[in-house]
Amino acid sequence: MRRHLPVLITLGVFIVGYLICLAQFPSFASTRVIGNLLTDNAFLGIVAVGMTFVILSGGIDLSVGSVIAFTGVFLAVAIERYGINPYLAFVLVLGLAALFGAGMGLLIHAFEIPAFIVTLAGMFLARGLCFVLTTDSIPINAEAYGQITDIAFPLPGGGRLTFVAIAMLLVVACGVVLAHFTRFGANVYALGGNRASAQLMGVPVGKTTIRIYMLSSFLAALAGIVFSFYTSAGYSLAATGVELDTIAAVVIGGTLLTGGSGTIIGTLVGVLIQGLIQTYITFEGTLSSWWTKIAIGALLFAFIVLQRGLSAASVRAR
Amino acid sequence: MKARHLLTTIGMAALMLSSGAAYAQNKMTVGFSQVGSESGWRAAETKVSKIEAEKRGIDLKISDAQQKQENQIRAVRSFIAQGVDAILLAPVVATGWDAVLKEAKEAKIPVVLLDRSIETKDDSLYLTAVTSDTVYEGKVAGEWLAKETGGKCNVVELQGTVGSSPAINRKKGFDEVVAANPGMKIIRTQSGDFTRTKGKEVMESFIKAEGGGKNICAVYAHNDDMAIGAIQAIKEAGLKPGKDIKIVSIDAVPDIFKAMADGEANVTVELTPNMAGPALDALIAYKKDGTAPKKWIQTESKVFTPDTAAAEYAKRKELY
Repeated sequence: MRRHLPVLITLGVFIVGYLICLAQFPSFASTRVIGNLLTDNAFLGIVAVGMTFVILSGGIDLSVGSVIAFTGVFLAVAIERYGINPYLAFVLVLGLAALFGAGMGLLIHAFEIPAFIVTLAGMFLARGLCFVLTTDSIPINAEAYGQITDIAFPLPGGGRLTFVAIAMLLVVACGVVLAHFTRFGANVYALGGNRASAQLMGVPVGKTTIRIYMLSSFLAALAGIVFSFYTSAGYSLAATGVELDTIAAVVIGGTLLTGGSGTIIGTLVGVLIQGLIQTYITFEGTLSSWWTKIAIGALLFAFIVLQRGLSAASVRAR
Repeated sequence: MKARHLLTTIGMAALMLSSGAAYAQNKMTVGFSQVGSESGWRAAETKVSKIEAEKRGIDLKISDAQQKQENQIRAVRSFIAQGVDAILLAPVVATGWDAVLKEAKEAKIPVVLLDRSIETKDDSLYLTAVTSDTVYEGKVAGEWLAKETGGKCNVVELQGTVGSSPAINRKKGFDEVVAANPGMKIIRTQSGDFTRTKGKEVMESFIKAEGGGKNICAVYAHNDDMAIGAIQAIKEAGLKPGKDIKIVSIDAVPDIFKAMADGEANVTVELTPNMAGPALDALIAYKKDGTAPKKWIQTESKVFTPDTAAAEYAKRKELY
């Protein structure tokens, strides 16, 4: 029960938040709002799944926002300038990102450099590469793009469950399986719980670290593909600061920043809470949108205090 | 028994919803997805939009996107979900709006673009665009400088946000004048992101790179805020802005009038912050009897010089 307390609190915050919104704006019950919540936060949800693994292992990945932007710019340049088939371009960019993440993981493990520094370098590198490729915003006019964005299941009441929303839910489902039902997942938790004892227990630390960052960058690139669906363009300045929104979502979702404890489902709820606050502020119409940041900041603070309290309590119980 | 309770509740909820819809018909609700508040001009545009909406009895919902396209797309989607009567959109970049505008079109909500245009193959996705001719603004600024310096001038350029349409077009218009005057040259150009701090930073590096600024005859800034940043950089380098280095910029925000009154800036081309007024008029006409406005409603681009600066400053201060 205690193990699940953080995620239950997150869920509680989401439900209370939703009810407050509903009380003020009855149209929050419409499937349109719910469909939008999933669609608009799809890229954040996908990248947050990867980030959850990183934070569970006790690391951090600051490069994800830049990788999203790089993916968009790469796709735009590859598809529009070089006429590469969009699906081939997707495979290429996912492969590139996985290599990029593996490289970061290798550096972190082999030279024992803090993940913060390595991924900070990765963040600058990926963002810089965007600007080398192009400084303009390039539209993507490939037919495949129109076809994919048009895929959507109509929900009763005017809402739509779009392709990107489904993709996000699938990634979350895969993340749950990977975290809780595989050897890799168990290794990630062990690594975040206590690195030294994990090593003694025979967890392949190096291999796991490399895979974690590989997964994070891979999912960031996937998020970048999804992001390029909504804007149908590649833009070097896209997704700035997304890494921080992602970390916030993971922490609000109940994952311990020091690693070892947390869930993927919690992260999804954390993402939806952010989306809910934004939607509320747009519906309200007079509040400054910066209140989103203030609300997120307050929640983040509350959750960190809560985690601190819970871990102190569990130490005392021992 | 329970089922009947449930039915009554649903019925009541439906009644409340429908009465809400009836209320909405009396007063027009318009959602406005604003780029952000990166410059004084942008803040004035937001303020003027509120005033203009109030004048016409329209309920205006404003969403500030903090310079992010993903936030703007979210806002437009929320407006659609809310069932507003119309949407005003000031797009942060020119590309990538087709999908969300298609959703608005399917929901039969007209969208009017404010102050920036978009690139799309299907221009039925928006009702009209209220913008100034940003190429012309650049040209007017260039022509003033060519006349003032007799067509001989080494210009450093502070560009706006990379990839945004005003940055592209204000550069294009100015470049046309430079091409026509062989004595005029753009010796350095870089983005200052439409902000004061970046404008100052970039100007500092220009001055260093050009041997203390002796070689620079004028600064052309894509907006007033960057020009004000550049003025500070010039002062700190020990030169006189407005005399040693001429300051040419676009937008006409109050602070530039103050700088002109102090003799530190030379000219500004006005970009009126009142884009919402014409947009709302077009929307009201469209809603009333379906008159579709022209695809482009152009605003004026007036030139202001130091002689009227003090009076203009007093007039504008309130708005910003």
